[in-house]
Amino acid sequence: MAKTIIEKIWDQHIVYEEEGKPDLLYIDLHLIHEVTSPQAFEGLRLAGRKVRRPDLCFATMDHNVPTKNLPVIQDPIAKKQITTLEKNCEEFGIQLAHMEHPDQGIVHIIGPELGLTQPGKTIVCGDSHTSTHGAFGAIAFGIGTSEVEHVLSTQTLWQSKPKTMEIKISGQLGYGVTAKDVILAIIAKFGIDVGTGHIVEYTGEAIRNMTMEERMTICNMSIEAGAKAGLISPDETTINYLRGKRFAPEGAEFDKAAQRWLDLATDAGATYDTVLEIDANEIEPFVTWGTNPSMGTGISKHVPRAEDYASDSDKEALKKALAYMDLEEGAPMTSIAVQHVFIGSCTNARLSDLRSAAKLVEGRKVHPSVTAIVVPGSRTVKQQAEAEGLDRIFIEAGFEWRESGCSMCLAMNDDVVPAGERCASTSNRNFEGRQGAGSRTHLMSPAMAAAAAIEGKFVDVRTLQPAHA
Amino acid sequence: MKPINIVESIIVPLNRKNVDTDQIISKEFLKRIERTGFGKYLFYHWRHRPDGSRNEDFVLNQPQFENAKVLVAHENFGCGSSREHAPWAIMDYGFQVVIAPSFADIFHNNCFKNGILPIRLTVEEVEELLAKGEQSTYEVKVNLEEQTVAGQDGATYSFEIDPYYKQMLLNGWDEISLTFQYEGHIQNYEKQHA
Ligand code: SF4
Repeated sequence: MAKTIIEKIWDQHIVYEEEGKPDLLYIDLHLIHEVTSPQAFEGLRLAGRKVRRPDLCFATMDHNVPTKNLPVIQDPIAKKQITTLEKNCEEFGIQLAHMEHPDQGIVHIIGPELGLTQPGKTIVCGDSHTSTHGAFGAIAFGIGTSEVEHVLSTQTLWQSKPKTMEIKISGQLGYGVTAKDVILAIIAKFGIDVGTGHIVEYTGEAIRNMTMEERMTICNMSIEAGAKAGLISPDETTINYLRGKRFAPEGAEFDKAAQRWLDLATDAGATYDTVLEIDANEIEPFVTWGTNPSMGTGISKHVPRAEDYASDSDKEALKKALAYMDLEEGAPMTSIAVQHVFIGSCTNARLSDLRSAAKLVEGRKVHPSVTAIVVPGSRTVKQQAEAEGLDRIFIEAGFEWRESGCSMCLAMNDDVVPAGERCASTSNRNFEGRQGAGSRTHLMSPAMAAAAAIEGKFVDVRTLQPAHA
Repeated sequence: MKPINIVESIIVPLNRKNVDTDQIISKEFLKRIERTGFGKYLFYHWRHRPDGSRNEDFVLNQPQFENAKVLVAHENFGCGSSREHAPWAIMDYGFQVVIAPSFADIFHNNCFKNGILPIRLTVEEVEELLAKGEQSTYEVKVNLEEQTVAGQDGATYSFEIDPYYKQMLLNGWDEISLTFQYEGHIQNYEKQHA
């Protein structure tokens, strides 16, 4: 019978199944960071349990780490969380890319970079954006701390089989339209909870034409549509990315693995529980205006009005969001001014993201009313960017160039947007207070955020030519 | 984990859709390395004004809702971050039951690991409960064994729940100990996939 990649990977990982129970699934890769793991390790210690497969775990520090003046952490509670992870990894024998390690970075950036992320794997992490790794054709999903403890002690999880969903992106992307715009458009069109209970496979011509980095941006935000996970069937692009990566197989082993990976792709004729489709041609550069990722629109449009919604609860949600965001109904998106620009996060802080922002920034200056920072997704990305001179371009334009980490995506460290101020951000969440209490976040692509830094307000990046073109 | 079966309490009506885990527990409170002590930070930025003073308008700050154990909210409760600090804060504050038309997947899972009962009712039923709870205090008796929510006015709402998770909650089982009983299966799997 024709199967989707979702069913193939799921079925290959069932350790035990029984009517009336979730399936017991084997987990191939467990990524760990400092914020959602301490209580899990503590639980192990209290119960006198071991880590079953430390060789299948990999840890890093990203959420809490400072992005300047390393290695000093001013905040004593944050520091305790960092040293706790160090101790836990040492005690339980888990590989750790610590704060100053060359492999350090945001957990969802370093997994693929190191080749730990591979097609066909089941991958978990105590972090909802674990869906990023699905770009390789893996089932990758975020879990809570109790589940982290469960995986540490058993290398398995009880999971009810999710429904399957296809989101097909047909046609080709227009000039200036990026993967970020595509996923924001998908969430705006279908809603913040459309994926609940589902694993999504993204298909279609636009996806096939994307690089791995673009595919990661798409899969990263699956959770913002409520999906358990999002993935893309592997193809030559996937194989080419993985060849030569540190933890990928080598030589003849790689060729064998590659064949296995390609065979995972969804079979012709396989069916999904739900199918959605979006036409790439209708997508323009996107910006959010509200307090969840579905509240967004094209840059040529305006902030919605109450009459655009049918239900009272939607009208009420609009009112609450606009009050928080301090925006007027019907305001053109290009009229909104920003004080902060953040280029970073697991959604958009890979080398190609920094390149696309740098291209717009080169030869220009950050607007005098804007504070702009670039936070590379990993130390490797930072080094590659510096080797190409991207850091000079940003610094000369007036951006700050920082060390890698989650930074202003969730503002757990010192990188905070002050109350009442507005930030153009390449991250994935615009919830109330996400970038600091009272802060106002607008999500967009790296190119759009770079353009906003230059102009001091949102502009359609398609109207802005590179200065040195 | 503490077993849970019958919970009697007034309901707290939180008439919002898409309540995300960033609102339930804000990131500045995630630095603790313990599982406890998060209750006082629950909905912190809704319970407080930007200057740090108490926001008396927010439902949780109204005196009649003190000691309530049942929270009622609108669709897609618990969306966003996977942080288990969200159910820890809910639990630590004193809630044992959350009722909503729908929950985000990770939050829903996290509830079962902490002895919190998430109940899905229809949108109409939840709106009815929210209206009753907003009009005056409204007391319910939640019965997990029978899968019902019985209101003080005689209205009864029944709900579905996965039988596996129902047993876990009723018995307060530790899932890891349960899984250890499948050690043989795990070893077999590892042998086959070595
Ligand atoms: S960059 Fe943001 S979304 Fe990504 S893992 Fe870090 S905090 Fe989470």
